[in-house]
Amino acid sequence: MKRGPNAYRPAALAALVVALGLVAPWVFPQAVTQLAFFWLMVLFALTWDVLGGQTGYNSFGNVVFFGLGCYATALVQRDAGLSYFTSLAAGMGLSALLAVAAAALLGPLILGMRGQYFAIATLGLGTVAADLFAGWDYVGGGSGIVPALYPGPIGERNRFFCYVLMALALLTFASLRWLYGTRFGAVLNAIRDDEDKAEAMGLRTTRHKVAAWMLAAFFLGLAGGPVAGLVGFVDPRELAFAGTSFGVWMVLMAVLGGKGTLWGPVIGAAVFHVTQELFWTYLLGWQRVALGLLIVVIVVFFPQGVLGWLRAQRPQWFHETLDEGAAAAQPAQRDEAGMRAHERTA
Amino acid sequence: MHVQRNASRSLMVAGLCAAAAMAASAVQAQEDTITLGAAVSITGKYSTNGKNTLDGYQMAVKRINEMGGVKVGTTTYKLAIKYYDDESTSARGAQLMERLIAQDHVAFVLGPYSSGLTKAIAPVTEKYRIPMVEGNGADRDLFTQGYHYLFAVLNTSDYYLREAVNLLAEQAERIGKKPSDLRIAIAIENDNFSLDVRNGVMEDAAKHGMKVVIDDKLPPELNDMSSTLTKVKALRPDMLVVSGHDKGATLAVRQTSDQKVHVPMLALTHCDSAQVAEKLGAAAEYAVCASQWDRSLNYSDRWFGSANDYAQRFEKEFGYAVPYQSAESTASVLVYADALARAGSLDPQKVRDAIAKTDLMTFYGPVKFDDTGKNIAKSMVLYQVQGGAYKVVAPSRWAQSRLVFPAPRWEERESAKRN
Amino acid sequence: MDNLAILAQAPVFNLQLLVDGVLIGALFALAAFGMALVWGVLRIINIAQGEFVMLGGYVVVYAAAAGVPPLAAVPLAALALYVLGWLLYRAVIWRVVDQDLFVSVLATFGLSILLQQLANQLFGANVRSVDPGLGTLLLVDGSISVPYVKLVAFAASLALGVALVLFLKRSRLGQAIRATSQNARAARIVGVDTDRVFASTFALNAAICGAAGALVAMTWVIHPYFGLAYTVRAFMIVVVSGLGNLAGIVAWGAGLGVAEQYAGFLLGAQFQTAFVFGLLVVILVARQLALHRRRMVLR
Repeated sequence: MKRGPNAYRPAALAALVVALGLVAPWVFPQAVTQLAFFWLMVLFALTWDVLGGQTGYNSFGNVVFFGLGCYATALVQRDAGLSYFTSLAAGMGLSALLAVAAAALLGPLILGMRGQYFAIATLGLGTVAADLFAGWDYVGGGSGIVPALYPGPIGERNRFFCYVLMALALLTFASLRWLYGTRFGAVLNAIRDDEDKAEAMGLRTTRHKVAAWMLAAFFLGLAGGPVAGLVGFVDPRELAFAGTSFGVWMVLMAVLGGKGTLWGPVIGAAVFHVTQELFWTYLLGWQRVALGLLIVVIVVFFPQGVLGWLRAQRPQWFHETLDEGAAAAQPAQRDEAGMRAHERTA
Repeated sequence: MHVQRNASRSLMVAGLCAAAAMAASAVQAQEDTITLGAAVSITGKYSTNGKNTLDGYQMAVKRINEMGGVKVGTTTYKLAIKYYDDESTSARGAQLMERLIAQDHVAFVLGPYSSGLTKAIAPVTEKYRIPMVEGNGADRDLFTQGYHYLFAVLNTSDYYLREAVNLLAEQAERIGKKPSDLRIAIAIENDNFSLDVRNGVMEDAAKHGMKVVIDDKLPPELNDMSSTLTKVKALRPDMLVVSGHDKGATLAVRQTSDQKVHVPMLALTHCDSAQVAEKLGAAAEYAVCASQWDRSLNYSDRWFGSANDYAQRFEKEFGYAVPYQSAESTASVLVYADALARAGSLDPQKVRDAIAKTDLMTFYGPVKFDDTGKNIAKSMVLYQVQGGAYKVVAPSRWAQSRLVFPAPRWEERESAKRN
Repeated sequence: MDNLAILAQAPVFNLQLLVDGVLIGALFALAAFGMALVWGVLRIINIAQGEFVMLGGYVVVYAAAAGVPPLAAVPLAALALYVLGWLLYRAVIWRVVDQDLFVSVLATFGLSILLQQLANQLFGANVRSVDPGLGTLLLVDGSISVPYVKLVAFAASLALGVALVLFLKRSRLGQAIRATSQNARAARIVGVDTDRVFASTFALNAAICGAAGALVAMTWVIHPYFGLAYTVRAFMIVVVSGLGNLAGIVAWGAGLGVAEQYAGFLLGAQFQTAFVFGLLVVILVARQLALHRRRMVLR
């Protein structure tokens, strides 16, 4: 296992991204909100992939945890009567707690299903949550909630939340990077490769699946509060439980970048976010149509994603990073082929 | 060599001068235009009314520029609109407002379509201290937040159907009842605007002692309100209030007709932008509609003449009958034209103060703002669809026609048609 | 619950809810039948099912505006959607047929977004409807009203269902379709052109949805975004009744229609869609728990 100069590539890349992230809000003050949403997209893609690419359970309903986070934080800010930053912190804490609890409760029920049933059940979850919150007067019903106003000029507010989201995204990345190298990560991959065999081996698949979902929920819940504060208005259908936007984009970004890898979702989030902003600016009126088209093209022609494509073109990059991205590189490659074979015989 | 270098140097200097001159003239050209920024719903669920809003803004700008523009101090400026698509979502709206202000440097903003979007955008303009004059965000919550830079030319949404409730109370004796015996059914779309309409109705109903027997909220994707209508048949209320933007109006008219559900008064919002009389024909007869404005009202101003003149001009320009959403958007721009001239300056703060002192008559109605930014000079009107046309029936000062109440039962309408 | 009291005091309204439910259920059943067909033969789940319904509705809206009598526009909608379905198969679907189900879910989801947004751009977000001018049947002293067009839609759905069953049983293509759904490789060995079968099936499904959509436009109102609810309902019906079970699909379709009407009446219309989706989740979970006892999984 030699450590060539390429072995440091991921670490160097990560450091570069962090440095850019720290500096960008000051260099491009007009793009701060876009930047904040970029970090959010990275978080969305990474958390989706925990259950999606790594475990093989494609959820269309992860947005539920995010929405819970938005609402919980906004509610704490509205009702707890604390100072702004204290209530924000408390709110985010409550959000994470509620999200994890929701995952713990729903997990055993929903994660018992496989494949398409799981996917559509989670789709249902997102819609039900949106309608329930839209019909509940305490949280503002269809009018939504306006969270507390940031005590400072708007430029500062946006920068603040941009950094918060960046911190959350980095935290998510770091946690997952560590996790994928542990036994837990291996079990998740085993579930993805062949769940029946994994169970037969004695692995507690349900427990692991639920734990994975709880982990994703944790980060999604945390992210809800800052986004609510940034946008300034929590709408149940358009922001909190935006199933047809955020909910689908999560999946798309991970697939675009290469699901089942660590950097895949990050790359996917970057490409997707930039493309989307470009569409919005230059294809006025047709951006959603273009988005639909993009989804079809990505899924049909690049199901292995950018990373998968790169791996096919430049395998030596990935072999060289055996030490650093061990959990990401080879096993995932093998697994994708394995999964396909499995599906054909099933 | 020496000569060549001199030649190239002078060429460079000449080039620079030319560039500078061009830049200066470009800046000069920029300076003769005042840009009004706006978030408009070009896609998404509000796209129809978003178009109405944009057309309203463009109509105003075109007319004002035709008439020479706006004179601010000693310079005359043309107006222009810079807009982005907010996709009918608040997150986008707030984002693009920031782009308009921070990146595109607009100093004056026009409102988006819908209260939800206005709610999301108002904090942004407030923080940047940029005035926003809007004509399509009617939620009264907007005016309880202490905003100084928000001005609305329209009546707040809770006022839409209060008039209908009061009208119902007046007419109570015609069906042999006291106002407090009357029963109301409400079905609204679960969004900001409609919830406010409902609140206004409930408040005025409570004042008269009326009872609300159905209080349903319709989700935005619903295309069928038959279960609500079954309840209406069961409970026989005296008035059914439906507010759900265009979809609500169309659905209510179509399904009450299809299912032959009789209510003495069917009160709706957005009938004219949904074009219920034009598209649904006889089914829309006798429906009572709330409106911010009507072309038959005798308001007038120096840019457009009378309300009817405006309507004709609009129809000629855009090819469809003008809904009130466009009229109020045009009015917003007129407020700016008036305020900019009075302020004599392009400083946002001064313009804001000038707007606050507005006391202007427009083809859309009188505009005068209270200190929360609401327009307190104008009132809502109610139409009734009679003979396929929208006739103003209330307030009595502007009424063109008498209200038909109670609306004839469906069987009677059939036989009336046959006779 | 006051609403419950209404039903108890005036039982006739139960009849109204039942009638409404069954009549709309027939249309759900159509969409479900098409979905079952595609699922069984191509082994993909078509998330764009609701959008095919929506587009069928728009065909009728525009045909009626051009002077075509609404009822005659129903076969027109079916034909138009057949062509669209066939084109979509050739462009996109054939590539995802042999991949895992998730890919087809995501691909058709993308397709559904594409179609929705395209419809929004081309037709506008306004609701549309077509009045076939058939009038309303009034029963029980006016308490029950059944627009004739709903009866026509119901009859048309049944007729279409029967025609489809006969087609699948008797015609050559129908038999080829059934053969392919049982075992694609074996069918290929016997000489069935499975690619053509797949294309025809997908196109047929689109046509079925188109016809259903045409009926929806005449009976209710349509707009570009109502498709997803139909997709979910179709999926639900198929999951509950099983892929090959036509009678089950009809029965569960009617059942779902009725359940929805009651939910709207009792809980308020704002929870009607949530009810449908929630029911889906509950059914799936219940199924899963039942299978879990036998140590099996929902496949």
